[in-house]
Parts: sequence; C-alpha cells; structure tokens
Amino acid sequence: MADQTFPIPGTPDASLSRGAALLEQLHSWVVTVDHKKLGILYIVYAIVFLLVAGVEALAIRIQLAIPHNHFLSPELYNEFFTMHGTTMVFLVGMTFIFGFGNYLVPLMIGARDMAFPRLNAFSFWMTAFGGLLLYFSFVGGFGLYGMGAAPDVSWWAYAPLTAKAFSPGHNTDYWALSLIVTGFGTLGAAINTLATAFSMRCRGMTLLRMPLFVWLMVVTSGLTLIVITPLTAAQVMLIIDRYLGGHFFDTQAGGSATVWMHFFWIFGHPEVYVLILPAFGIASEVIPVFSRKAIFGYPAMVAASVGIAFVSLSVWAHHMFTIGMTSVGNAFFALSTMMVGIPTGIKIFNWVATMWGGKIRFATPMLFCTAFVFQFLLAGLTGIMLAVAPWNWQLHNSYFVIAHFHYTLTGSFVFCIFAGIYYWYPKITGRMLSEKLGKWHFWLFFLGFHITFDTMHFLGIIGMPRSIYTYEPDRGWNTLNMIVSAGGFLQGIAVLIFAWNLFDSYFNGSIAGNDPWDAWTLEWSTPSPPPDYNFAEDPVVRSRRPLWDLKHPNDPDWKYEP
Amino acid sequence: MSTIPIFADENWRLPSRGRVAMLSLIIGETAIFTIFVVAYVYYIGASKYGPTPQILDVPWFNTVCLLSSSIAIVFAERAIERGRIRAFGACWALTMLLGIVFLAGTAIEWKRLIYTDGLSIRTNLFGTTFYSLVGLHATHVVVGLFMLSLVMIFTLLGRVEQRHTERIQVLSLYWHFVDAVWVVVFTVVYIVGK
Repeated sequence: MADQTFPIPGTPDASLSRGAALLEQLHSWVVTVDHKKLGILYIVYAIVFLLVAGVEALAIRIQLAIPHNHFLSPELYNEFFTMHGTTMVFLVGMTFIFGFGNYLVPLMIGARDMAFPRLNAFSFWMTAFGGLLLYFSFVGGFGLYGMGAAPDVSWWAYAPLTAKAFSPGHNTDYWALSLIVTGFGTLGAAINTLATAFSMRCRGMTLLRMPLFVWLMVVTSGLTLIVITPLTAAQVMLIIDRYLGGHFFDTQAGGSATVWMHFFWIFGHPEVYVLILPAFGIASEVIPVFSRKAIFGYPAMVAASVGIAFVSLSVWAHHMFTIGMTSVGNAFFALSTMMVGIPTGIKIFNWVATMWGGKIRFATPMLFCTAFVFQFLLAGLTGIMLAVAPWNWQLHNSYFVIAHFHYTLTGSFVFCIFAGIYYWYPKITGRMLSEKLGKWHFWLFFLGFHITFDTMHFLGIIGMPRSIYTYEPDRGWNTLNMIVSAGGFLQGIAVLIFAWNLFDSYFNGSIAGNDPWDAWTLEWSTPSPPPDYNFAEDPVVRSRRPLWDLKHPNDPDWKYEP
Repeated sequence: MSTIPIFADENWRLPSRGRVAMLSLIIGETAIFTIFVVAYVYYIGASKYGPTPQILDVPWFNTVCLLSSSIAIVFAERAIERGRIRAFGACWALTMLLGIVFLAGTAIEWKRLIYTDGLSIRTNLFGTTFYSLVGLHATHVVVGLFMLSLVMIFTLLGRVEQRHTERIQVLSLYWHFVDAVWVVVFTVVYIVGK
C-alpha cells in the first residue's frame, strides 16, 4: 500500500525518549479535535467532579448525622450544598451526557467525526474552564468585605439573596460567570450534536433507523438550545444588577424576585429532562442487547421522547406553588406536570416489554438498567404526588422533595450512566471492566441508594426542611438522619470500587475484541478502541440493527422493518 | 414487499451542516431574546420613578436602514450564486454600510438619552430593561458586522468565489435573524411600551 511509506499522524515517534513521549502524548490530548478523545476528556472530567461533589455530599451528611453537630461551620455548610448541587448538575450531569454523545453519536451513525471538530474542542474547553472558574472561588472568592469564598446562595440562587447588599464579595459572581461560560460550552456541544445527527449520517441511516441513543441526544440537544439560553440570559441580568447597578431583581426599585424564580425554573425544570433523556437513550441501547430482543415500539419511543421534551417546557412553575399563584395557574401547572407521566409511562412499558420473554443476561450494565427502570417508576410517582398543589404546599422544600429528585438524578440518571460506562468501556479502552468488582459496585450502590433516599422520604413527611444546618434533638429525626448518612457512605464505598475498577481494568482487564456483548449498532463493528478514522469504509445501513443484518444474512431485519 | 433497495441509495442527500448549525444557533438566540423581551414587557410601567418611556423617539430611519440591509444581503446572495463577485462585493458593502448607519443611530440616541434625559442603566427599572434589551440587540449587530467585515476583507483580497455561496448564505441567515429580532424589539420598546 502506498500510504505505508508516510508516517501516520498522531502516532508517537518511536525514537523519542520516555519523557518526551509522555509530553507528546499530553500535548496530543490538549490539541485534539477528535470526537473520541474529546468524549473521553468529557467523561474523565465528569468522573473527577463526581468524586468532588460526592465528597461534598458526604460532608453534608456527616454534619446532619447527629443533632447539634459542628463538623462544618454554617458558612461552609452553605457553600457545600450550593457547590454540590451546581457541580452535580453542570459539571457532572451535562459533561457526562455530552461526553457520551461526543463519543457515540458519530460512531453510531457511521460518521468519521462530529460536524464541527474544532467547535467541539472549543465547547469542551469552555466547559472545563467554566468548572475550574467555579472551583477557583474556594481560593479566589474573597470579596470587598473578606466574606465567604465559594458561592453559598444554593444552586437556584433566589433573588434578592443574590443582590450585592446581601451577598457581598465575589462568590456569587463566580457562580454566575462560571455558569455563563459552561453554558456557552453546552450550547456549542448541542449545536454540534444536532448538525452531526442531521448532516453526517452514513448511507441508508435514515432518521427512523438511527439508534435510540442518537435520537435522545438529538432531542436533548434541541431542548438544551431553548433551556440553557434562558439561564444565560438570567445570569446576564444578575450580573447587570450586581455590577452595573441594574434593577431587574431589585424589589425596592420595582423589580421582582419572582421573575428570577420564573426565569430560573424555565431553565431548571427542563434541565432535568436534558439530563434524563440521554440516560433513557443508554437504557434503550443496553436493555435490548442484554434481553436479546429488538427494542419494543421504536417509533413510540421516539415520539415519547419528543413528547417529553415538549411537555417539559410548560411545567416549570410546579417548583413555585408556594409563592401563591392563582388557582388557574396552580391547576395548569399541576395538570401539565402530571401529563409528563404519559410519555414516560410509554417508555417504561416499552422497556419492560423489551425484557418480556427475552433471554436476559444480568451482566453489570443490565443490572444497573433494571434497577433504573424500577427506581425511575418510583421517582415518577413521587413526582406526580408533588405535582398536586395542596400536597406540594405541605411538602415544599422538605426532604421529601430532596428524596424525589435524587431518585430521578441518582436512581435514574447516575444508574444509567454507570450502565453506559460498563457497557461502552470495552469499546473505549479495548478492555473489559471486571464483572466481579462491577457486581460489588452495583449491589453496594443499590443498597446504599435505597438506605439513603428511601429514608429521606419519611424524614420529609415528618417535617424536616431542606438546606438546614442542624436540628434540635427532640424532633424525632435523629435515627432516620443517621440511617441516611450511613447509606451515603455505602454509596461512597461503591463509587470508590468503581473508580478502582476503571483504573485497574485499563491495565489488567481481559481483552474485549470488537463486539464483546454481541450487540447490533455500528460502533461495535470497528476495532476497540476505534482507529482515528472510525470506519475503514463508510458503512451502509439497511435497518435499525445493521450488525444483526451482517451476522444473520438469512434473516435480516430489513425484511421486516417498514 | 420491501421497498428498501438492496444497494445503497444513490440519491442519498443530507441537509447542509452549516445550515443546521446556524438554525440551531438561531433557535438558542431566540430563547435568549425571549427572556429579555418578557422581562421588558413585564416591567413596563413598573418603575417607581422617572424618566419614563415617553422620552423615546421612534427611530424610523434606523429601522428602515436595518431592514433594507436584509434586502441588500439577499441581492448579495443572488449575485454570488451566479458568480458575479463584483456585484456581490457591492451589495455586501451596502449591507455593511446600512448596519453601521443603524449602529451610529443607536449611539446618537443613547447619547441623547444619557446626557440630555439623564437615563442610564442604573437610573431606574426602565433604564435597566431598555439598555439591556436594545443593547443585547446592538451587540448582535456588532457581532454580525464583524462577521460581515471578515467576508468583505476576503472579497477585497479576491479570495471569495462562487463555491463559497453556501457559507455566505449561512452567514446571511444570521444577519436576517438580527434584522427580524429588531422588528420584535422595535415593536415592544417603541410601539407597545411607549
């Protein structure tokens, strides 16, 4: 072959010394525009911040384990729950989904890279430096009065607490600025994902043959476009208020604190769907492969995803029932919130129907996905309870709410992310993760999750409010709080096992081969890890399961698909 | 039975990635403007003290300039589609000129508001919402003009050819968006809000 006489770009020069080779390697990661490397960077970045925000959560739980505790100072406690929330949503959740999206979307649609590789790198580094800016506040946030360091206004940052008079110093500005910066990164990633999915598909990959993960990344990116931008707009207003003396949220000059709440939750509620939809995508890839059946009701799954995105845009004020809306407003937001249950119900039925009668293999990814289906159902049920306005008045800002959204974000989102990592790690590194450690990880995390968050529901019902520094011993919350904290540590141990598994299997895992799970989507047709160019030849697709067609030439899917 | 061809479809066509990306960006930008417009409308008449929106003069001339720049850029698009680079350059320059006139008009308006009427962004709620919304739009005009000037420089250097038609058209989409947003901002600020 003629091309063998040329050095292949990206291969380290063999003549380099060890140090120089390492430097070369590091340099290649910094300047890379390859979607696979950027995807890995996103995911590693998310895992690092998952550990950081996890430590913050554990510190919060130590503080709350016994009454009148002084493990954290009150100021640091406020900073920790603010940073825990902000980190988990923006630096862990968003980076995980765009990490998976980056790595998998081009591979799944048979493309060689994203539509705009340099925009892709730009988006990642914006996100990365936004996160560093947020955490720099721990050392650099001392303001005019030397007060506080990290942001301490909670992740929703309600006005007028964020006004200059009540939050002096620069910590709130770090919060606003870093979210604007990561917001631009996210916007770039979303635009790139949409352009890739619409314009880079290989021959025959019609929209209704795209894998469901790609579909859900499309829906999530479209939703990102219209929900991250209102947050950016609101942050700009906040900065105008704080630095230019504006009056957007200044109640003394006629501004309104409620407007901030509306703007924040117009972003904040669809944001949880932005996070959970790609998690649905991961479940929709894993469950069929491990049930040995094609996904049940593919068009209904696509329609339900788009439906969830639409409905999610009209539910935001269910976070605000206690501000005293009109009964028409209450009724509208209660009903629209309950409507989310219809498309999500369709999805749950379809996953169960996919498993029904299948030859289920309970490998670690499937364990996480199975737990996800049931936990997500419970999360949805408490969500519908909270959508009932009078019930919400009773439980607003209680631990019941905390339990509900941790059921969606931990019990559903994080479980699917773990499933995704166990499922695609062999593709990304070429080695299998240890099944034994994986099972330990799953069962410990599963137990810890239920000990913590099931118990939180009861704490909420007997009246414990969220965001409190400590509590009196005679409230009857002592035992339950101790149980919640103990469960938290069980989850912490499970995540450490997971981190060790990631590290150890990279060197000692068994070799994966192209297709260790006997799966059906295009990414499994290339070597593991995939070469820089992904596919030696542009693939041609005739059905939703191109690898099934290749493996079963006598019984291909395209004979049956419409 | 099956209508799917055995061999790859020779007519496999995909939408242009530039267009998809620009339309996505426009959707995102629309959401940003929506938030600022909602804030403006919600706070109409909410200021506790003056000056009030009655001090505004309706910028008809500015508006005509900006909207006609959209027509000029359409002629530029058509010219490059047919490979007439000189006509393209002329229309492109006219577009930029109209955009610059619009910005200058805004600058003159703001100078009068600040120095004669004493309205700054911190004076009252009207000042905050007015300068934010009109300023957000003006920022987009500046970004648009920067992009247009890059193309202008390449045109003068003789580097723009017929094969760049699609890129030019994608950029024009952005300019059309900036003009369309002005129709909304103009209506809200100078007609409804006054």
